Amino acid sequence: MNFDLSEDQQVIKRTAREFLGARYKLEEVRRLALEEERGFTDAQWEEIAGLGWPELAVAESGLGIVELAVVAEELGYACAPTPLPSTWAAALLLDAAGDAERLSGGRRGTVAQWDEDTDGAPDRPTLGDDLRGVKIAVPDAAAADLLVVTADGGRHFVVDAADVEIEPAETLDTTRRLYTVTLDGPAADELTGDAAAFSRAWHAIAVMTAAESVGLAQRAMEMAVAYAKDRTQFERPIGSYQAVSHACAQMLLEVEGARSAVLWAAWALDHEPHTAAMATNIAKAYASDCGARVTASALQVHGGIGFTWEHDLHFFLKRAQANAHAYGDARWHRDELAAALFD
Amino acid sequence: VRGWLEANHPGPTPEGDEAGFEFRRAWQRKLNERGWAGLSWPEQYGGSGATLFEQAIFSEELARASAPQMANTLGLTMGGPTVIGHGTDEQKERYLAPILSADEIWCQGFSEPQSGSDLASLKTKAVRNGDEWVVTGQKVWTTMAHQAKWCMLLARTDPSAAKHRGLTYFLMDMEQDAVEIRPLRQITGEAEFNELFIEEARIPDENIVGGENNGWAVAITTLMHERAGLAFALQVSVQIALRELLERARESGADRDPIMRQRFAQLYAEAQVLRLTAYRGLTKLQAHGAPGPEGSLGKWHWAEVNQSLTELALDLAGPRAQLVDDPWTYRYLRARANSIEGGTTEILKNIVAERVLGLPRAQ
Repeated sequence: MNFDLSEDQQVIKRTAREFLGARYKLEEVRRLALEEERGFTDAQWEEIAGLGWPELAVAESGLGIVELAVVAEELGYACAPTPLPSTWAAALLLDAAGDAERLSGGRRGTVAQWDEDTDGAPDRPTLGDDLRGVKIAVPDAAAADLLVVTADGGRHFVVDAADVEIEPAETLDTTRRLYTVTLDGPAADELTGDAAAFSRAWHAIAVMTAAESVGLAQRAMEMAVAYAKDRTQFERPIGSYQAVSHACAQMLLEVEGARSAVLWAAWALDHEPHTAAMATNIAKAYASDCGARVTASALQVHGGIGFTWEHDLHFFLKRAQANAHAYGDARWHRDELAAALFD
Repeated sequence: VRGWLEANHPGPTPEGDEAGFEFRRAWQRKLNERGWAGLSWPEQYGGSGATLFEQAIFSEELARASAPQMANTLGLTMGGPTVIGHGTDEQKERYLAPILSADEIWCQGFSEPQSGSDLASLKTKAVRNGDEWVVTGQKVWTTMAHQAKWCMLLARTDPSAAKHRGLTYFLMDMEQDAVEIRPLRQITGEAEFNELFIEEARIPDENIVGGENNGWAVAITTLMHERAGLAFALQVSVQIALRELLERARESGADRDPIMRQRFAQLYAEAQVLRLTAYRGLTKLQAHGAPGPEGSLGKWHWAEVNQSLTELALDLAGPRAQLVDDPWTYRYLRARANSIEGGTTEILKNIVAERVLGLPRAQ
């Protein structure tokens, strides 16, 4: 029994850390987040596609959800603005229907999940099968070639991005563009596959997002610890005060816990399907809370400077908070978990 | 293991100190016949040489079967490993077998009334007199003192040295008049712990473990073993208690209350995270050989989770929480000590901050 990453997985992690660290320095993250229209450049996407990362979500790649989670955590660590996660989400659902080749050749996709009148439950879309209505908070839609659209009765349709109206939304997290998508009965193909396969895809999407939040929290913690060593007040580094050092220790407890939960869920999706649902609910609930709390606590450790626009911490805080509410929030995942425990 | 446990489970532990103790002693002997009392100890010392993972799985099985505790917990998890790690061949020969058979029970004499978190400031002193030592002082929070034959005693042997450097780790015979045991009544009403009043007790030279004035290093390994070993077993008992509580929620209908459902789900998630982090800790321990400061995270987290669990149990009891008619009242009160015993949560946070995160020392 081994509860650590394998050699190969560690190589993937190191490669991703180095690549993303070189391409997404915080100045570049800031530039993409605040100035670049779609939040990324074609050159960046081509390089990512060249690494084969979009195919990580596809079973045919021979890699699993653990590898996907490893790279997703590094995307969070870098706070990289990229349409890779939204493309992964679409690819996972397409793959559940045996339709993954729709995204071959570096094409991008996304998932339109939230209806305008959503009650917050990701598994209860209200859009009718005529596909007339509005989806909100659709990530990277303007950069996507196709959209997977959820509809009433748990159905999934694929539509061409050119056949729907896509309007940019103002977002909490500027490192990920969100759009309002208006559908007026576009041409669509329904995805067909067994319910268990779709369910697995949704779980993998939640785990991917949770993994990203772990990376965001890890980096925010490192920033806080570095600052606590460096910043002096009352002639002492603030990290020597227990009010500060214990806050940092708390961050480590939560980050390590969230990472454990995410890796377990990813592993279960690859190897132990009967525990995967519960493990996913735990991972997404725990990592959502962890991401939001750790980034907020890191801001507190930074004091006033952490509240400024020039400091980079707010990108992490906002993305962690946005992630916490994407693909089912902590409360919804706990509800699902409670149903598994009690009902 | 699971089949054997089903066939050999001795039933519920009887009430009362003496009866409970004899029951647990018999249980330990039964396990020891199969080499399972010292599962992780090397075979040459009567153990089974099991890996940490085998040990962890075994603890999970014991907990799953709601098996009783063994009688000589401190000897098995702290005393034995310390003798194996730091003791002489003669000491290994003399002490290890009776620990396993529970013929000789061990207790721990570390904390003192004025030395809790700042353990190295302890004042109990040992003065050499020929080939023996004369010990005087006071110890507190000593479990099993009245059953114990041996006390792992930390005493000051060089008052002129820096506080961590002048300590020696002794094995003190409890069967002497110079050691007076007074039960210490705790908030649960029972006396699980004792105070020791030591007035010129005698300890022969050969009962030093790890060398004169080297007691701090020896004690630290003991504490690390305590955290690594117990942390695993403790997280298992959390899983068991949680299962029991889930059943109770179903019976009472609280499982239909949305707030209770959220709390149960949160606690269930925390308990799973505790288990997973314990396994990740074991993986690391297996790879690096010695328990590291990360063990502190597990112990700290366990205390929080176990306390939340017992608080949830009282909330589940509603108005009946005012009465003492159910084991959860005891568990709730007992859990208050979880964040104090074996290193307070504050000290554990210091260890994590300083030794894992590399923050400057608190002043």
